Amino acid sequence: MQNPSTTARKPRFLLADKPSVLIFLACLGLFTLGVTVLAEGSGIGVISTSFVKTLGKTLCLCLVALAMDLVWGYCGILSLGHMAFFGIGGYAIGMWLMYARTELIVVQSLSTAPLPATAQEISDGIATQIFGVVGSSDFPPIWGFAHSLPLQLAAVVVVPGLLALVFGWLAFRSRVTGVYLSILTQAMTLALSLYLFQNDSGLRGNNGLSGLQNLPGLGDVPQSAVSLWFFWASAAALGLGYLLCVWVVSGKFGSVIRAIRDDESRVRFLGYPVEVYKLFIFTLTAVIAGIAGALYYPQAGIINPAEMAPIASIYLAVWVAIGGRGRLYGAVIGAGFVSLLSTFFTGGQAPDLNLGFYTVQWVDWWTVLLGLSFVVVTLFAPKGLGGLFDLMANRLSPNRHGADLGPDAGALREKEADT
Amino acid sequence: MSTLLEVSGVSVSFDGFKAINNLTFQIGEAEMRAVIGPNGAGKTTFMDIVTGKTRPDEGRVLWGEKSQSLLSMSESQIAQAGVGRKFQRPTVFEDQSVQDNLMLALKKNRSPFAVLGFRPSGQDLDRVEELAREIGLIDALTRKSGELSHGQKQWLEIGMLLAQEPRLLLVDEPAAGMTPAEREHTTDLLVEAAKTRAVVVVEHDMEFVRRLNCKVTVLHEGSVLAEGSIDHVTANEKVIEVYLGR
Repeated sequence: MQNPSTTARKPRFLLADKPSVLIFLACLGLFTLGVTVLAEGSGIGVISTSFVKTLGKTLCLCLVALAMDLVWGYCGILSLGHMAFFGIGGYAIGMWLMYARTELIVVQSLSTAPLPATAQEISDGIATQIFGVVGSSDFPPIWGFAHSLPLQLAAVVVVPGLLALVFGWLAFRSRVTGVYLSILTQAMTLALSLYLFQNDSGLRGNNGLSGLQNLPGLGDVPQSAVSLWFFWASAAALGLGYLLCVWVVSGKFGSVIRAIRDDESRVRFLGYPVEVYKLFIFTLTAVIAGIAGALYYPQAGIINPAEMAPIASIYLAVWVAIGGRGRLYGAVIGAGFVSLLSTFFTGGQAPDLNLGFYTVQWVDWWTVLLGLSFVVVTLFAPKGLGGLFDLMANRLSPNRHGADLGPDAGALREKEADT
Repeated sequence: MSTLLEVSGVSVSFDGFKAINNLTFQIGEAEMRAVIGPNGAGKTTFMDIVTGKTRPDEGRVLWGEKSQSLLSMSESQIAQAGVGRKFQRPTVFEDQSVQDNLMLALKKNRSPFAVLGFRPSGQDLDRVEELAREIGLIDALTRKSGELSHGQKQWLEIGMLLAQEPRLLLVDEPAAGMTPAEREHTTDLLVEAAKTRAVVVVEHDMEFVRRLNCKVTVLHEGSVLAEGSIDHVTANEKVIEVYLGR
């Protein structure tokens, strides 16, 4: 008889057990180094500052895709609200950036006045500058902490976390699952975005927040350097986020949430409080999304409510599906690949395709191409781009004659799983 | 022998249909009981009520020495209190290995934060191996449970139940779809388990019930029709009429 201790009792060290983690971190490190060396900010200038920003933003999208994979691919909750948490993170940091920078400008312009400006005058000046576009000159209560960087940084984490906690508690407690939960999260996203579109929401309505690329007090530092700082920060956040996700999904906790994905009621009868687990994952991923957003928008320079529309969250699900659900590197590959491709096609860089009778302009046709590839991947390559790595590692799908791995809506399909 | 579970005067109806009608049932610690009855007699609904899946319209369900009511507890709380359930269809986590399945079921702190920091000790691994040996899956520890045969999945599920260390085991048709040899092994597992805990087996197959050699409760239209040894109930006129056929 085979000795079980040799097969099942390997010591389980986080990294040694998972070579993919080391490979991932090495790739991320090399990529970061390569971009840094070639960037405009460090002299060579093969990569323009705007492209460094695009790459940095892509890393943030990879991070939010990781969160999406954790909540959907591992726990089976198809949330269409995670880009809302991403946007909230962006707004939180954007408020401080805009406030602090406007404050500097106002103080400077008032310094030429014969009398030193009072605190009230400065505050009024900032409010007029920021809210002039929406016909107001008072600070709404929501800006109460905007003067403080630590408090706004805390808001990046706390606001998405709290929103997810309350929303998740209400939804999971009532045992809303599957497509109904997706609709509910989408409704939340839509409501939030419609609310922010209003001028009296206090966040400048459809103008959103702008000028976020300018760091207050660092006006002398060229954007080529700032872009690199944010690029490094994004890469570090992605690396740490990846490690966090690996830690969460490996071991028994990962086992429980995958079990919840495949057969929720069975997990309940094992004595696990399923709702608490779902709430934990939902909140944790909302916080990750908030952090990703806080790093993304200073690189984008502008945030407005359209960024939080439900379509953004649907794109997020598409990236994860194309990358391969239920494998963390798949989410990163999917988000990176598709969003960069999307930038290429919608940025007008892609040459038009002349078919003789019709000229395909990619700016218009990209979404069609994306939709088609989503359908093709879902039907014919459910493991997604991440599945290509499985081919290299010789991992195959189980032959289950078409049966899913569990009765729940979020359960892995036969073709998504490996043997 | 003290009573472990006491169900009294329980009724539940679905859209006017009375699935359980004034049902009263008791089981002591370390007792084996077979529950039989024709289709629609309320066997599965009875299990649903005890495990917290269905809330009864009236009646009491009391548990343990302290006579705690199970009706206000959630499924997971009831499971943690010591009620384990095996479903008719084998339900194991197919994407995970036999070892992971058993480890999931092992009696441990179930709160997310405790689980997040959990790393199996040597003792835990030993216990998992011991269970795997008991259910004849010691060579399949690293295999994904989705690859197992139907009978092996049934055993794995029984193994998971044993790992939970429940004080009451509810087993729904454990022998369905098994070969004679597999049935025998299943009987042994259940009889062994009943030495240290209460086991309720719902079964259609009279031959299987006879082999369990225990007290039998016959359900019909949601209430108890007869109770006693297998020979006693099979001799009962009413039982013959509704169940065994005239």
